[in-house]
Amino acid sequence: MPTVSMTVNGQPAAGEVEGRTLLVEFLREHLRLTGTHVGCDTSQCGACVVHVNGKSVKSCTMLAAQADGAEVTTIEGLATNGELHPMQAAFKEHHGLQCGFCTPGMVMSAVDLLNTNANPSEREIREWLEGNICRCTGYNNIVKAIQAAAGQTGG
Amino acid sequence: MTGAPQDWTRAPNVNLRQVGKPLVRTDVPGKAQGRTRFAGDHVMPNMLHAKVLRAPKASARLTRLDAAKARALEGVVCVLTAADLADRRAATDIPGQTGRKRLATDQQILVRERVRYHGEPLALIAAETLALAERAADLIEYDLEPLPGVFDPVEALKPGAPIVQGTDNVVATYKVRKGDLEAGFAEAERVVENTFRTQFVEHAFLEPEVGLAWVDENEVINIRVSTQVIEHFRAIADALGVAHNQVRILGSMVGGGFGGKEDVTVEIYLALLAQATGRPVRLAYTREDSFFGHGKRHPFVITHRTGVTQDGRITAVQITMTADAGAYVFLSPYVLLYAVVAGPGPYRIDNVHIDARAVATNNMYTSAFRGFGAAQACVAHEQQMDEIAKELGLDRLELRRRNFLRTGDEIATGYAIESAVWSDDCMTKAWAALGERAPEDGPVKIGRGVATYQQSYGRITWLHDTSEAWVGVEIDATVVVRSGVTDIGAGQVSALAQIAAELLGVSLGEVTVYNSDSATTPLAGTTTATRALYMTGNAVHLAAEALRGRLIGRAAEEFGVAPSEVDLAESRAFVIDAPDKSMALKDLVGICASEGIHRSELAMFRAPFTGEIDPETGQGRVHPDYAFGAHAVEVAVDTETGEVTVLKSVGAHDVGQAINPAAVAGQIEGGAAQGQGYALSEAMIYRDGELMTPSFSEYLIPTAMDMPRVQSIILESRSGLGPFGAKGIGEPALTPVAPAIANAVADAIGRRVFELPITPERIVMALREAEPRKGPR
Ligand code: FES
Ligand code: FES
Repeated sequence: MPTVSMTVNGQPAAGEVEGRTLLVEFLREHLRLTGTHVGCDTSQCGACVVHVNGKSVKSCTMLAAQADGAEVTTIEGLATNGELHPMQAAFKEHHGLQCGFCTPGMVMSAVDLLNTNANPSEREIREWLEGNICRCTGYNNIVKAIQAAAGQTGG
Repeated sequence: MTGAPQDWTRAPNVNLRQVGKPLVRTDVPGKAQGRTRFAGDHVMPNMLHAKVLRAPKASARLTRLDAAKARALEGVVCVLTAADLADRRAATDIPGQTGRKRLATDQQILVRERVRYHGEPLALIAAETLALAERAADLIEYDLEPLPGVFDPVEALKPGAPIVQGTDNVVATYKVRKGDLEAGFAEAERVVENTFRTQFVEHAFLEPEVGLAWVDENEVINIRVSTQVIEHFRAIADALGVAHNQVRILGSMVGGGFGGKEDVTVEIYLALLAQATGRPVRLAYTREDSFFGHGKRHPFVITHRTGVTQDGRITAVQITMTADAGAYVFLSPYVLLYAVVAGPGPYRIDNVHIDARAVATNNMYTSAFRGFGAAQACVAHEQQMDEIAKELGLDRLELRRRNFLRTGDEIATGYAIESAVWSDDCMTKAWAALGERAPEDGPVKIGRGVATYQQSYGRITWLHDTSEAWVGVEIDATVVVRSGVTDIGAGQVSALAQIAAELLGVSLGEVTVYNSDSATTPLAGTTTATRALYMTGNAVHLAAEALRGRLIGRAAEEFGVAPSEVDLAESRAFVIDAPDKSMALKDLVGICASEGIHRSELAMFRAPFTGEIDPETGQGRVHPDYAFGAHAVEVAVDTETGEVTVLKSVGAHDVGQAINPAAVAGQIEGGAAQGQGYALSEAMIYRDGELMTPSFSEYLIPTAMDMPRVQSIILESRSGLGPFGAKGIGEPALTPVAPAIANAVADAIGRRVFELPITPERIVMALREAEPRKGPR
């Protein structure tokens, strides 16, 4: 079996995987980083979003082998020294989650949005989130949380 | 006819310190960091991976099943088929505590001979890896001889229709005979009749079904599973032929339920495989498994024939309902009953006649889904109200106002409502919140709609529902709550913490709730039927109040005052009128501990218990109480493409008392989205029983782009039966949304689409029918 190695949340991580092993499987089953979730088999729900080299990626659409040598960040890697990442803090403050199953993917996706566009309009936020399904919240507070994290008030 | 709330004083407006505040829910920080462990996040050493093999036909005879090749594959540890199992059935007991009632809903665990629906399980596999389990599934050989099936409930009732099982296809019937229908119609000046149709709907909770089972050193089968109902340990034990105390269910935070995790899902498969292999086994459904693996929302065909006077008073209504129960019974009889109780809507109608039936077909079985029959009833009664208004040339809101139930009025089943009925106030506020109407633009037409509802909270009163909870205070004055309640994302656990914090005078952060373990937490009953807050909240309230009484009693002695003069807040006990007479809660607890004063309490809350309704007239009490409210929307419809955009969406609900207004608003917003999908895009399509929509590519859930910003208006009558006068919001949030949207679309285009979902094709079709006929060109 081929070996893959990458940096995950700042730490070196390596493992032997079958060629068809998905990145999400490697993270969840090999590294036991279970914050990244799997909600579908057709790459539509976005529960599995992580960052690969700083960009949001659905980790169910990528082979672990394709991430060989990459810098990967998962939801577990966002907080620093026990301090919530501002996006996590905004989700918490603005009740941006209910069951929480979509949340890691939403947060990772939203962080990438603000990296790409520091001051998105509500429409741009909603467009960006099209690949992240939430069945609980109606997206209201998710959008609000992202606006708050972007420093927008009155969100 | 004013919108002013009645003056409710039943629950005293206590000076609340924790309850009623939009606090950050206790489960949120863990979830925001990805630290919350869902059921699928657990592993055990030596764990096997399981897979379910499903029948690819809806109606067939299994003539051969050969697992030899699968068993021979290296790494496959176990393959179970019906031949390997005792001929036991998986019964859907009414989920809950009492075991007093049982539905005749037995389902074979694995297909023995007859396949009755597409996806019925043929075999279970456990292997060293998931890939091996999947490969083994492909190696199982079987022959299915097609049998005639029946795929429409109306067809299924015709003589000569194929029988799904037993002697006929009728699963359940209910009727209501209230007042004098003929006299009511004689009094009517107009009669309006319409038929409304709804579809199969998928819950699509984001976390597919998942669990992990192992047999421990005491031969207890432990199952850690994503479920709304840990009390299923009983039904699971019965299916396995073991004693009830030999099965333990451990819940986790649930990644969404909506009724779809109310029945048993993976538990029995897991238990069988863990028993057979002696090893821990994990079964994680794929999304496709999930589309096949649990019951759907019932499609209903509902006809209303309504007699009404010229000035808009409803004098009689005759309703027929036919629900598709699919291939097995599950909760169909109860869903049907809820539809009947809610049938005429939140209106006072003296002459009511309802005939309802649930019918077996070879479609996927149907069961609980947020709204539980009342949602389908609402789709019909609220569209009918708009049609009546149109017929009479009366304002749609005014027609409703002239007929709304008031406190003391009887509903269809003869029960007189005792709590507040703020339908009018909710409707008026929701409508007003729509604000200025969007301008029309060429082919894009604007429409508005509203819907109101009557939704029960709490379970059927003859099921004798109870809930237990334990509350204790530790030596350091932190608080522990133990409750079996499952948390399916609505903040069920956090609400309990907030109630205990309120009564014991501590902050939310000082309360820890242990929940959802049938071995160690008192059984709270199910998280279904909008009952968790009502029942479990009351149980925690009872326990915390008893404890509070003891603490205050001892403090009063210390202060030399009457107990009524003492209060608890900010982790202190103090004399209300002399706050300098005060002591730390920790010191008070220390005194209690050293004197052997009991620092914990186990309480049971009992819902009202009644006998069954009269089977001939349907009269009697069915539920503890009802919630009322409204949803209003504004839509834009492109009359060329049929595309609908929901521009504004407002829910206004009397929740009795919001324990956490942020959580309540969250329910309203989520209900708005789920209801919008129900109205416009979501449909599980079965063609001759075969599922055509097994993924999110075909089954279309609203995305952030589809949703407007939802507005929530929370009214608090404090008249409910829950803690602090709470009612409930879980199901009510969804129930009126789809009919409000249907009414808005009809308002926009001047034509009604009588069937959900209201797709662009159906809108275009309805508009085309409206055009004057032209000859061929
Ligand atoms: S798991 Fe659904 S998109 Fe990756
Ligand atoms: S919070 Fe449950 S799916 Fe988004």
